Amino acid sequence: MSARIGVVTFPGSLDDRDAQRAVRLSGAEPVPLWHGDGDLHGVDAVVLPGGFSYGDYLRCGAIARFAPVMNAIVEQAAEGLPVLGICNGFQVLCESHLLPGALTRNQNLHFVNRDQRLRVDSTATLWTGGYDQGQEIVIPVKNGEGCYVADERTLDQLEAEGRIVARYVGGNPNGSARDIAGIANERGNVVGLMPHPEHAVEHLTGPGTDGLGFFTSVLKALVSA
Amino acid sequence: MSLDSVDRAAGTPDEEQPYLELGLKDDEYARVREILGRRPTQTELAMYSIMWSEHCSYKSSKVHLRQFADMPENERLLVGMGENAGVVDVGEGLAVTFKVESHNHPSYVEPYQGAATGVGGIVRDILTMGARPVLVMDPLRFGDIDHPDTQRVLPGIVAGIGGYGNCLGLPNIGGEVVFDPTYQGNPLVNALCLGVMPKDRIQLSAATGVGNVVVLLGAKTGRDGIGGVSVLASATFDDDGPANRPAVQVGDPFTEKLLIEACLEMYDAKLVQGIQDLGGAGLTCALTETSAAGKSGMHAHLERVPLREASMEPHEILASESQERMLAIVTPEDLPAVLAIAEKWGVLATDIGEVTDGDRLVISWHDEVVVDVPPGSLADDGPVYTRPIERPADQDELAANALPAYPDAAGLRALLLRMIASPNLCSRRWVVEQFDRVVLGDTVLAWPEDAGVVRLSEETGLGIALATDGNGRYTRLDPYAGAQLALAEAYRNVVATGAVPIAVTNCLNFGSPEDPAVMWQFAEATRGLAEACRELGTPVTGGNVSFYNQTGSTPINPTPVVGVLGLFDDVARRTPMGFRDEGETLLLLGDTRDELGGSEWAWAEHRHLGGRPPAVDLAREKLLGEVLVSGSRDGMLSAAHDLSDGGLAQALVESALRFGTGARVVLPQGQGQDPFVQLFSESAGRALVAVPRSEELRFTEMCAARGLPCTRIGVTDGQGDGATLEVQDLFTVPLAELREAYESTLPRMFGPLAGATADAPAAPAL
Repeated sequence: MSARIGVVTFPGSLDDRDAQRAVRLSGAEPVPLWHGDGDLHGVDAVVLPGGFSYGDYLRCGAIARFAPVMNAIVEQAAEGLPVLGICNGFQVLCESHLLPGALTRNQNLHFVNRDQRLRVDSTATLWTGGYDQGQEIVIPVKNGEGCYVADERTLDQLEAEGRIVARYVGGNPNGSARDIAGIANERGNVVGLMPHPEHAVEHLTGPGTDGLGFFTSVLKALVSA
Repeated sequence: MSLDSVDRAAGTPDEEQPYLELGLKDDEYARVREILGRRPTQTELAMYSIMWSEHCSYKSSKVHLRQFADMPENERLLVGMGENAGVVDVGEGLAVTFKVESHNHPSYVEPYQGAATGVGGIVRDILTMGARPVLVMDPLRFGDIDHPDTQRVLPGIVAGIGGYGNCLGLPNIGGEVVFDPTYQGNPLVNALCLGVMPKDRIQLSAATGVGNVVVLLGAKTGRDGIGGVSVLASATFDDDGPANRPAVQVGDPFTEKLLIEACLEMYDAKLVQGIQDLGGAGLTCALTETSAAGKSGMHAHLERVPLREASMEPHEILASESQERMLAIVTPEDLPAVLAIAEKWGVLATDIGEVTDGDRLVISWHDEVVVDVPPGSLADDGPVYTRPIERPADQDELAANALPAYPDAAGLRALLLRMIASPNLCSRRWVVEQFDRVVLGDTVLAWPEDAGVVRLSEETGLGIALATDGNGRYTRLDPYAGAQLALAEAYRNVVATGAVPIAVTNCLNFGSPEDPAVMWQFAEATRGLAEACRELGTPVTGGNVSFYNQTGSTPINPTPVVGVLGLFDDVARRTPMGFRDEGETLLLLGDTRDELGGSEWAWAEHRHLGGRPPAVDLAREKLLGEVLVSGSRDGMLSAAHDLSDGGLAQALVESALRFGTGARVVLPQGQGQDPFVQLFSESAGRALVAVPRSEELRFTEMCAARGLPCTRIGVTDGQGDGATLEVQDLFTVPLAELREAYESTLPRMFGPLAGATADAPAAPAL
């Protein structure tokens, strides 16, 4: 039986169906999860998709963290449930304190959408195990508040523990500290990523298929677990 | 003052009414009195002034727009002009609906909100038809790039479009950015949306079924946008510029996103009998149009409308243009299900009235009736004017204004670098990177490609292509030809990707209809466009007229913007614009003539506007289209790029820079073959294609067989750091130098791009 990966829809989620497609193309079964439902329906992993949850008129992700579905996710993440937060999902993970730091307005204050080169700096997470250490990939970035910030000690700690999952190379689109594009928690089951791997899963619609690795990595991890 | 009810109006026939201030003329006011058999109430007067405004009634354009309805039968056209947007059958049980609209004046007054609500408004038009909106596009026109006010207007408009569209989750797949002083005091912000639906989900606006419930969905009603259509859209800015900020609406894309999801769920559950969005003229327009379309009566209870400000009066509630609202007609049995779906999505839903027997629209405020009118008199029977027409006095002078001398060959290298850096030809990256182009995961091609291409079906690859174009300078020189050239270019953009054009939408941006010279331009442009649509077999499915685009007595250059929709049986066969591989043959399709009147060269280099625009040959456009579509179907083309502004030179640079593949070009030599003309002429009906060597013979034989001129002009050559564009015997320019010139203009004017790299993206696999 194929793995079941939940994709949460908050009011204002936009890339939820795209994340479901990526899950499907990677060979898993996508399971739509509703923000108001505190039951994860036994999924094997969860994706928090991009968008503007609850309009993001307050701090991005600040309201979403209080959604019933997040209580269940926070609880099960502590027990090892694989969770990937993409863009707005990354913001929600930071607001939920599953990941340290915060995402703030892009340095030049503009929304930026472009195909972005990244370097995978940690393959020791459930979501990046299928990449090679140091592998460069191209996936789209698109955000207005993607500038990752944290205090120096946290940043040093992330570096020291190998928890910086991916960095921007060939230009930093939003001014993120230390070119950080994504980070993981200590256990490596929770990953937040600002760029959108679900938009690099088909040659027809993306810059390539470099993004599929995030989804196939977790499938492999689930099978061998 | 006590409430001006219908009873009171009947008893005070001689009360003075401010109809002139509200924009109604003496004879129009007299007609209102005649229709009602009494003086209108204050609320009725406000409603007539809005519904009979130019923006809502099309009173000056109607007689000319009838030409668009006079088209041959077209089996694809499921809903034609007259509804909120036309609907086209695209096969596989699917239909698409699309439309372009203007939001010019609000965007000048308040750039961010004006542009944002322009997106919101057109998206609701598409939603109203039953479709899920799946993309937006924005044809934009600004004043001079270095004018201080452009620094205010452009960044605000771009941020507003992005702020709204990105937050709605709609990919922005293309459009235009044009700079010209003609738009200095009146920028053009046109917004296009396209939606998709199962054919059997088409919704219409008619309110039918006595006893059915009128449900107001979405945002609360506030004082924002009162007078938007009658004050802003139907009058001219004076020389003092914008001072109407309260008349601009404020957008909330999050509420719109929820409204979209809620409405689509209601459509799928077949809970909606009729639906209408609230846009310009708000509740006034929605109540009158639904009841008029249904030939029904209606009773609306205004005190039930959820208000943002409790002190609002009936006429304000009816005129408010608060955004993110829809009006649905549902049966009493379905009402609980409708309310449940609204609740699920956090959308406010309020029963504000019912469909009634008879033919009167009655609106009450608590226990008093403030409106009692035949709805058709507002919606359909507004005044229609045949405005005076007069060819402008300076038209001949313009045509006789001879072009400056052409440069000689020695200066062409420097000229090329200046041209690709000029405001209208340089890279639009600064603008377009602020738009989400990939959300929904079906974008196959987007800016900077000739046309946007979007997949509709993952299973079969069914998809569409869409492009918009307009050229105010061409249209100023010859409105008839200019409108046809706008259509021809959008058509060419669509066929360059390999799609088959099937339908047209338009946004006709003109000056004041009360100026006979403007009306002449309008009459000529609509005649040209209608004839060309007939000849190309692409019916106009809907659109929008925007008059009063002028500052003081100076109208803008007439600017019909034309959108062409194309269809793909399988988007996997789309042809991108960039050169991909080395060693491929470059072919120039079509004829290049000495046609630089109204050209980008004349404007960018000399600020010259005169002479004749390029000749129109629609049969040639059609032939070119057939060849490009066949080439795509048979896998013969690896790149295709239409030739238009900036001519062959611009196309070569854009195709080379796209994926960083250079080219060696040999221009045809011989008598009368001026290299400058060959590089910069804007002759229509042309395209540049790259074909693999293995396909060259097959492709050129096809061109010969069909009678399309096809000239071999070079090969693709060189990739990476050393790649160049060489035009033999004239110049060689490294791609890096071209890129620097092409990319630096907008960042220099509007601020640097964060962390941008100068590299070309890798060519995606086909």
